[in-house]
Amino acid sequence: MKEFLLIFRRDFITKEEQPSPEQIQNMMKPWQDWMGSLAAQNKLASSGNRLASDGRVVKSDKIVTDGPYVEIKEAVGGYIVVKANDLDEAAELAKGCPVLNIGGNVEVRGLVGMD
Amino acid sequence: MENNELIPHLFRTEYSKMVAVLCKAFGIEHISIAEDVVSDTFLLAVETWGQKGLPKNPVAWLYIVAKNKSRDILRRQNIFDKKVKLALPKEEVDNSELHIDLSEKNITDSQLQMIFAICHPSISAEAQIGLALNILCGFGAEEIADAFLSNKETIYKRLARAKEKLKENNVPLELPSQTEIDNRLDVVLRTMYLLFNEGYYSASQNVTLRKELCLEAMRLTYSLIENESTNTPAVNALMSIMCFHASRFEARIDSNGEIILYEDQDASLWSEELINKGKYYLEQSSHCDKNKVSKYHIEAAIAFYHTNQADTHDKWESILQLYNRLLQIEYSPIAALNRTYALSKANGKAEAIVEAEKLGLDDNHWYHLLLANLYTGIDNGKTVTHLKKALNLSKTVAEKNFIEKKLQEVTLTNA
Repeated sequence: MKEFLLIFRRDFITKEEQPSPEQIQNMMKPWQDWMGSLAAQNKLASSGNRLASDGRVVKSDKIVTDGPYVEIKEAVGGYIVVKANDLDEAAELAKGCPVLNIGGNVEVRGLVGMD
Repeated sequence: MENNELIPHLFRTEYSKMVAVLCKAFGIEHISIAEDVVSDTFLLAVETWGQKGLPKNPVAWLYIVAKNKSRDILRRQNIFDKKVKLALPKEEVDNSELHIDLSEKNITDSQLQMIFAICHPSISAEAQIGLALNILCGFGAEEIADAFLSNKETIYKRLARAKEKLKENNVPLELPSQTEIDNRLDVVLRTMYLLFNEGYYSASQNVTLRKELCLEAMRLTYSLIENESTNTPAVNALMSIMCFHASRFEARIDSNGEIILYEDQDASLWSEELINKGKYYLEQSSHCDKNKVSKYHIEAAIAFYHTNQADTHDKWESILQLYNRLLQIEYSPIAALNRTYALSKANGKAEAIVEAEKLGLDDNHWYHLLLANLYTGIDNGKTVTHLKKALNLSKTVAEKNFIEKKLQEVTLTNA
């Protein structure tokens, strides 16, 4: 089993794309059920973290801007780490992610071990 | 209590206390001497009490005899030491009258210290449970073998090896520092938890033995609550789980020793007293910050929902979310199966079947029982297939009887 990072991205800027508080409330269960499903298959390596929507980007010239979605429409909203045999299986696991239901996407990347 | 009941009873309640106190006096490296003294004492009790009748205070009698026997041994040891260590300076030899403290406090303290010694990191998890049963609960190798579905020789060897390890590693009989307590308490709790489960879910047919195992686990957990430095929220949560589960003792097995499923149990047989105790300890366990919510907290909350037999959607939705969290803290096959059952109750069988097929627990008979349950009324052919697989994989007579009964029911409805 290898470990893969699943990065959840969605549109944080377009006003019409923002979920209502009620929608956010309703998102809790699908997320918990999905994470519970991964965990029940013993394929969840880390529950990861959700990220707050405001942030800063420090550029190479040390200029700090609000970010990161001033320039990119899709920003990282959170991540988890899953266990899978290969990239294909990890991508298959990502298909159940609720971020897909609100127009977001999941980036699947293998973790490179220290050895 | 009759003589022939009293001695086994005292053996159960006093053996471990006496061994702990004597170990404290001799040092844990002499644990076998302590055990021999206590066993000899009980042997003498059987002979003497049988001939002369019961002493006025049987417990005091046991302690006095054990104390005297220990004194003799220590004196002999001392003579040996003096002869061998003649060359040593005098003050190092002068410990002839070793004090054996039989106060209530020293008994409790010694037992608590013994719990931590047994849960020393150098001892394997399997051996820890065996040792706990043997030293802390006074179970013999044969009873332990019965509970583990193993044979006496294997258990005997395992215990001997573990005791050797205690000696080799020079495990001290003392309560570790607070930081070390916090580190080791995880292992202690796991051992208590397994001890309880060993009784609650044991494959052994011996119902009385199983109940005693559970009660012993509860007694030891209670001793952790009674001591300030070990009275943590997680310990209270564990106690709460044990109380909730134990409340169903009388309802979960029928007079023939057969399993009665939760939904078929007569809830009037559940112990209200234990349910209330469970609620009390659950409340006690809640005094902790959010980051310290342990798996025991979550399991206690699940057990709390199960004290209400009503089959409501809200109840199952809450249980499902708790299992989702529990599995994220720690995976276990049984939690994965229970989660899937809760999922079928909260989100429907169709979704649960898809999820169940992903679990990859093909060699687990509970997995096939779950699938058989989920397919019931949807695809009875699959129900039969999974029941048959479960039957093949099950290990105990009670389970086999239970599955065969289910098989008959399904084939009858099919006909």
